[in-house]
Amino acid sequence: MIKIAFIILSLISIFSALMVISRKNPVASVLWLVFHFFGIAGLYVLLGAHFLAAVQIIVYAGAIMVLFLFVVMMLNLNLVNNEKRGKIIGKSIGAVVSGLVLVLFTYSIRTTKWNELFFNQVTDQEWGTAVKLGSLLFSNWLVPFQIVGILLFAAVIGVVALMKRKITRKVENGIVITQEEDVA
Amino acid sequence: MKLTPDLLHSTHDWNWLILIPLLPLFGVVLNTFIFRKAPEKFIGWFSSSTVLISFILSVLAFFQLKSLPIQNRSIDVTFLTWIQVGNLSIDWAVLLDPLSVVMMLIVTGVGGVIHIYSIGYMHGDPGFRKFFIFLNLFIFFMLWLVMGNSYPILFIGWEGVGLCSYLLIGFWYKDMAKASAGKKAFIVNRIGDWGFLLGMILLFVNFETLKFTELFSKVNTTYTPEITPTLTLITLLLFVGATGKSAQIPLYIWLPDAMAGPTPVSALIHAATMVTAGVYMVARSNLLFSLSPISMEVVATIGALTALFAATIGVRQWDIKKILAYSTVSQLGFMFLGVGVGAYETGIAHVMTHAFFKACLFLGSGAVIHSMEHAFHKAHVHYDPQDIRYMGGLRSKIPITYWTFLIATIAIAGIPGFSGFFSKDEILWKTFASGHIFLWVVATITAGITAFYMFRLVYLTFFGNFRGGVESEGHIQEVTPYMTFILILLAVLSVIGGYLAVPHALGGHFLIGEWLQPVLQDSRKLPSLAYYQEHHSLMLEFGLMGLSVIIAILGIYLASKYFNQKPQELTVLTQKPKGIMKILENKYWIDELYEFTIVQPIYKFSIFAWKVFDATGIDGFINSIGSLVVKIGEHLRKLQTGYLSNYALLMSIGILFTIAWLVFGK
Amino acid sequence: MSEITIHHYIALSAIIFSIGVAGVLTRKNAIILFMSIELMLNSSNLALIAFASFMSNPVGQIFALFVIAVAAAEVGVGLAIIVTVYRNRNSINIDDVHLMKG
Repeated sequence: MIKIAFIILSLISIFSALMVISRKNPVASVLWLVFHFFGIAGLYVLLGAHFLAAVQIIVYAGAIMVLFLFVVMMLNLNLVNNEKRGKIIGKSIGAVVSGLVLVLFTYSIRTTKWNELFFNQVTDQEWGTAVKLGSLLFSNWLVPFQIVGILLFAAVIGVVALMKRKITRKVENGIVITQEEDVA
Repeated sequence: MKLTPDLLHSTHDWNWLILIPLLPLFGVVLNTFIFRKAPEKFIGWFSSSTVLISFILSVLAFFQLKSLPIQNRSIDVTFLTWIQVGNLSIDWAVLLDPLSVVMMLIVTGVGGVIHIYSIGYMHGDPGFRKFFIFLNLFIFFMLWLVMGNSYPILFIGWEGVGLCSYLLIGFWYKDMAKASAGKKAFIVNRIGDWGFLLGMILLFVNFETLKFTELFSKVNTTYTPEITPTLTLITLLLFVGATGKSAQIPLYIWLPDAMAGPTPVSALIHAATMVTAGVYMVARSNLLFSLSPISMEVVATIGALTALFAATIGVRQWDIKKILAYSTVSQLGFMFLGVGVGAYETGIAHVMTHAFFKACLFLGSGAVIHSMEHAFHKAHVHYDPQDIRYMGGLRSKIPITYWTFLIATIAIAGIPGFSGFFSKDEILWKTFASGHIFLWVVATITAGITAFYMFRLVYLTFFGNFRGGVESEGHIQEVTPYMTFILILLAVLSVIGGYLAVPHALGGHFLIGEWLQPVLQDSRKLPSLAYYQEHHSLMLEFGLMGLSVIIAILGIYLASKYFNQKPQELTVLTQKPKGIMKILENKYWIDELYEFTIVQPIYKFSIFAWKVFDATGIDGFINSIGSLVVKIGEHLRKLQTGYLSNYALLMSIGILFTIAWLVFGK
Repeated sequence: MSEITIHHYIALSAIIFSIGVAGVLTRKNAIILFMSIELMLNSSNLALIAFASFMSNPVGQIFALFVIAVAAAEVGVGLAIIVTVYRNRNSINIDDVHLMKG
């Protein structure tokens, strides 16, 4: 049963990942990426990481992907997507390099003696729950957790600073003229 | 920690000694950072009070020390460990013993009164606060010099006072000549310090300790004749340091130029305290010097020759402060003659009496200069206020200055009853008694010359008619009470200070000599100082004493014959110097000799090093490396295409190789 | 294939990672580039959780959680940069932005 689920989920993930990088239209890519995230979330469930599966769907498939979609829609990229074609050499070099990465990974996975490393599937059903994770996060990992909070805060400030526009209003001949200027 | 009875008499109840050097530092810090806008009077009195409190504490330390049994009069207090490397340990620690307490009293006492004098003297100077900061800093370092319990701490003070001396000589640094005088003092002192440092290193290499008490007891117990050459080398090197700091041949040339500083500085640093550091150092190392007779001979000979040499130059100088400067060099020579023949306590006694009368003379000259400056300024004439050729007849115009100056002059001339007589005559007697007849002759002649040139100064300054113009004459007035009070105080000390050093022959007790005995007792047992035990007839001593008095009076008589004359007969002032006088007026051309043999070759070599070695050799090498990098960079920058894809690709290839190395590398 | 074990997950993770690398190296559209980076981050998360699961050690999950948080921050800033670039250059083709060339 688990075997079948794994096979299906992994096929979904790989296929949708391939679709993500091959679509010409970014909107399609985004939608395929959402699909991919669902596949990964399913794999998390198989591994027993229920909380992370939920976070994956909420944060990635929910928040981040909406952000992507929003930006794509806002920039209206279908019309301006002028990705130059014909640079076949560059693309093939990229493909070769990534293929080599995969070959190396495969080689190392195959040569690693996994049995000797003594892995056994988890029996404790509790290890992936929010309770378990939360108690760890708020005790041993409190400081990194706080630092991540600061990081997110800094990112918010950075985004605001990048997106800020200078708005000047002046009155000419009784008409209010609004001028917007990019700061960044 | 519990205070057990035996601890009470250990070093614990001496911790307050740290206050003595720290109080002036406190003054430095507050004046530098807090009292930036404070009025002059406040700054002056605050600085003076830190030194005066140090003086009171020193007096307290003196009485505390006096209450101890003689053999216990050596208190070693460690405050802080500073450097600890291997078996070298340097602590911020003081050694309180009869010698250091005498020096502490001189430094803080004379230093305190000169602080007060400076409040009047420096009044209105834009650098008033700076002056007092430097003066306090000087007292701080000078106290470490005399209180330190080891050579390194002494050396810290030694360098620190050198720094302050440099800062204060060049105090009016906008005048190029004064700034270079400061530099000259510093550089000449560096030569001496080099010797001192080498001596110190040799001491450590041979005896593995630099603490006075440990070192001397180690030398005393392990002494064998084999180490005499080493000790001679060490002491000669230490003496090189002393010739620098205490202005002896061949390094005396900086002191006359150091008179560029404000007069209180000349009085405090370049007469009373800093320049006597060399004498203190030799007296402190008395055991080492006593064990190496050759060094003793060198010290005594250099001292006597310097005394004669500087005195003769003083005969034909016109700048009031320069005359006093050469007189200081000469008197320092006397002190070295004293310690050189083993009469360490007499040397220190002369340090003390000299501190009184020379400080009085310098401060008196400061008062004269102050009055002259004021008068010339009012009369709008541009004479040099330090040149005695424009003075004369000041006796009636500034009587307090005159009388105090006269008393101090009598003291330095060696007239019986005044302080200089006792200490100087004791030095002459000890020179004679130790068998140095030649040096005795030199020193006695020098004493006569001293009387001559000092009275020449007095006659030209205070007697006769005023030569600085009619207009200025009316403007001459006595200086402020700050200054006159200090002059009177120092004049009194110049008289009575000598009674601490009345020789036994005159029925006195030579109090300061007895007081210093614990410091000198190890040297006393040595054969080189055996003459102390010998018996000399009182008649001989009295005879020599009478002789030196006669010579001094002869000097005064000659001075009055040549210089106490009617103005029209004073042709000596306008005559071109001839013969020996020309040599003397040009100070034997020693400065020119050094300029020609040392300064110019170094200067030429420096130009060569700059233009040839540095500009073409080193710079060429560096520049060619620079241009090589530029050339390589010009080609390498083409890799920086600006295209993100290229970077990503290169990075991926890099990662690829890294993984490959991790996988296959094993 | 008898049983799903750790190396299946690692292999899957490697495959997705390689797809991400291929995306970064072959595409010029900045947004798709970004998505490829997200793919790579996700694959590494998968590996982390797989290890955590097979070692019964929840610390791997914590790490994955941090990765998600950092990725979120990165996406926010990255997209803001893309929007700014688009405003100034009217393009999001990364080859149009090469001001930093040497």
